[in-house]
Amino acid sequence: MTPTPQAHCDLLIIGAGPAGMAAALAAAPSGMRIVVVDDNPVPGGQIWRDGPGVQLPPLARQHRKALARHTNIEILSSTRVVGLGDRASAGDAASLILENAARGWTQHANRLILCTGARELLLPFPGWTLPGVTGAGGLQALIKAGLDVRGQRIAIAGTGPLLLAAASTARKAGAQVLRVAEMTSWGALATFAAQLVRWPAKAWQAPTLLHPGLRANAHVLEALGNTQVEGVRLQRGNTVEQLECERIACGFGLVPNTHLGQMLGCILGERSGLQVDALLQTTVPGIYAAGECTGFGGSERALLQGAMAGHAAVGDSEAAQALQNQLARWNAFADALHRHFPLRTETLAALPRPDTFVCRCEDVAHGALRQRSSWIDAKLHTRCGMGACQGRICGAAAQVLYGWTPQPARHLLSPARIATLADAGSEPSHESIPLT
Amino acid sequence: MKNTAAMVEVHVGAARVRVPAGSSVAAALAQQPPGRTRLSVSGQWRAPLCGMGVCHECRVLINGRERLACQTVCEDGMHITTSTAHTGGAA
Amino acid sequence: MATYDVIVIGAGIVGAACAHALANAGQRVLVLDARLGGATNAGMGHLVVMDDNPAELALSQASLAQWHAWAPRMAAEAPGTAFNGCGTLWVAADVEEMQEAEHKRARLQAHGIACELLSARELAALEPVLRPGLHGALRVGGDSMVYAPNAAEWLLGRAATPIQVEKMHASRIEGRRVHCAGGSVRDGGAVLLAAGIHATQFCPELPIRPKKGHLAITDRGSATVRHQLVELGYVKNAHQTEGTSVAFNLQPRPTGQWLLGSSRQFDTLDPAVDNAVLARMLRRAIGYVPSLAERNAIRTWTGFRAATPDGLPIIGRHPEREHLWLAVGHEGLGVTTAPATASLIASCMLGTAAPIDPAPYAATRFVQEFPA
Repeated sequence: MTPTPQAHCDLLIIGAGPAGMAAALAAAPSGMRIVVVDDNPVPGGQIWRDGPGVQLPPLARQHRKALARHTNIEILSSTRVVGLGDRASAGDAASLILENAARGWTQHANRLILCTGARELLLPFPGWTLPGVTGAGGLQALIKAGLDVRGQRIAIAGTGPLLLAAASTARKAGAQVLRVAEMTSWGALATFAAQLVRWPAKAWQAPTLLHPGLRANAHVLEALGNTQVEGVRLQRGNTVEQLECERIACGFGLVPNTHLGQMLGCILGERSGLQVDALLQTTVPGIYAAGECTGFGGSERALLQGAMAGHAAVGDSEAAQALQNQLARWNAFADALHRHFPLRTETLAALPRPDTFVCRCEDVAHGALRQRSSWIDAKLHTRCGMGACQGRICGAAAQVLYGWTPQPARHLLSPARIATLADAGSEPSHESIPLT
Repeated sequence: MKNTAAMVEVHVGAARVRVPAGSSVAAALAQQPPGRTRLSVSGQWRAPLCGMGVCHECRVLINGRERLACQTVCEDGMHITTSTAHTGGAA
Repeated sequence: MATYDVIVIGAGIVGAACAHALANAGQRVLVLDARLGGATNAGMGHLVVMDDNPAELALSQASLAQWHAWAPRMAAEAPGTAFNGCGTLWVAADVEEMQEAEHKRARLQAHGIACELLSARELAALEPVLRPGLHGALRVGGDSMVYAPNAAEWLLGRAATPIQVEKMHASRIEGRRVHCAGGSVRDGGAVLLAAGIHATQFCPELPIRPKKGHLAITDRGSATVRHQLVELGYVKNAHQTEGTSVAFNLQPRPTGQWLLGSSRQFDTLDPAVDNAVLARMLRRAIGYVPSLAERNAIRTWTGFRAATPDGLPIIGRHPEREHLWLAVGHEGLGVTTAPATASLIASCMLGTAAPIDPAPYAATRFVQEFPA
């Protein structure tokens, strides 16, 4: 019988976006053995996603170069946390089952920093399962990874600063952005734009607000098409607009990725993120969290939180505290974001029809769900939330549509190869198997 | 767009597809727009939705192993099969 | 305050079937359920004739007949019940197991249960996912599967007399009265306890121990499985009284996903998935279906079976407490044997002719707990 694959490190960081990278760099001078796990092919998270469709900002390139210089930082790309492993030592903060394309193993860590970021809030509307419908941040990510959108007509809808960022990316990639239908009011948009000057680094975003296709008080009604998107119907104030298009990119803001933290016992705090104290420690000793997973707030905040968590995790609370004033500024920016792009729950809850799928993994329709009494009741009787996305997409939707509080999975965080799980249980051997 | 001459060739079903190096499998599939990836439980074709490995709509078989197209980079010679949902497992 | 003829504690498959039978007989039934989620929500819903002893066979055979009778109505009225008459293949990995398969065939056929032996070659042709080198199998075509949570819901909603179902945590039984959390009470003509592993909270004297089981469900794949596949060693596992054991058990879901089991562990109430036990269970499954290694598991979970010392449920009057009836301790056969349990307990409670001999299931057989 082959020995059980096990590995150990001093500091394990989940996520190689700005927060994760900053955490690793802050912790590196300690000399501790640091492993960073990220499920994308290349570090950067969402905002610094690299690919053929990208010109990486200088700050991103600097961070990646800096990471590569440290011999005690190992970055495991295309690697996913699939579940909770068995502990080897009581002193470890966590043992996680990891998996890449080739193999799975249990990673033990003395300290853990969760930088799991946020995902887009995707809400159901008639036709949203048609090929060609993506998130707004989703479209941006796909384009960065090489999606060819030259000459394609795109309608962007939803709410939040991601819409205009996606419009900009799409336009630069040669697409024709016909419309940006922002749900919030002109007043809220204008106030948000005016506030951007308080954060000079963000002021560059202001010109993007001048997209000619931008309409406020507008929202998607339906994606049209037979086997793929052929058009879109939008509500604009009191009128309905119908456009021919090849793609619809629709997103409603960001939801912190807290499943792993919750599985580890961390408590949620403000804005549905993981609760952290002044030194970025969660409610579980030895586990820290930084970035969007503590509540959406932008990349500058994520970098600061990441650095503070990295310092704190290796015992340098002074260095962490030194960054607190800067963090306070960016927390204020986060507040502004949340204020100006609220969700119009009533409107959104009225979008799906009875036959509109809410759970895309299991094809469970709105009509079947709305008569259920709770998330658990729905899961048990309709299989909603029992699919591959582990309830991430439909759970967030169910919260908006029905007011349910979805519960994260308890053991598997993500689908995992059975071979990985078949190896994950035995007594740990005392030799570390090389990871490459 | 990066100015890169390096291209990579992958197999999508029986077809050969060339994409810039570093492109995701999702991008390669989208060369036949809109880039559908899998059949749902009730038989609908789906394509990538979230672009960031959360929704699992983009699961495809890559060299025989199920992986997410939006998070996998194309490599020369890769075999990609869009996966069909299997309905009626027991007769 | 309304009083009921019967108060049933527990809305799992056994409680639901019992309530259904009693209500069909004209009884006013109240079902109290604390929504803790029990074996009904966790199990496979495999409807299987088990013949390890005559009493088990009688209960499961009568129950399968009832499930088949209900099947057309369930399909029409509640498609979510997903009744599927796929049959079971009891797989033999060696010569001894093949001999056991032959004995099993003889026993089942003697009771009029259709089954046939499959040679190694026939088995491979019928179920190509199984590894080469197996010796054959016994095919029991009448075995089926059902999605138990929806079957329970259907039973509670479709009785001749409407059944009242209340989400309520019952805390104590006092004669005909059930005391509930928060201080309220419910009064009935009789009380029927169908609360699975929680039965001992009401009756600590009942010899019921929790037996933890693990399950996993895979994603869809391209390979087909037609029957529920169970290793013949399963039977040895189910009747062990100590230690942790695993056995190969694979159910093909209508979606094309594969539901995997099974494991048995005593005397733990920790619902967390135990990686070591899960790994053992999955390794055993891979031993029968090698391609499993490459499939993704989407979810893993655990459940607790209510086990009695002799593996038979307790169905009948409580030996010492008046007005209290019991339908508990079904181990891994709760879904299978719910219908016959229900018709048996209803006949006992209503004084009508018992459909099968009630003696083997009587609580009084446990002489230590209930000295005569």
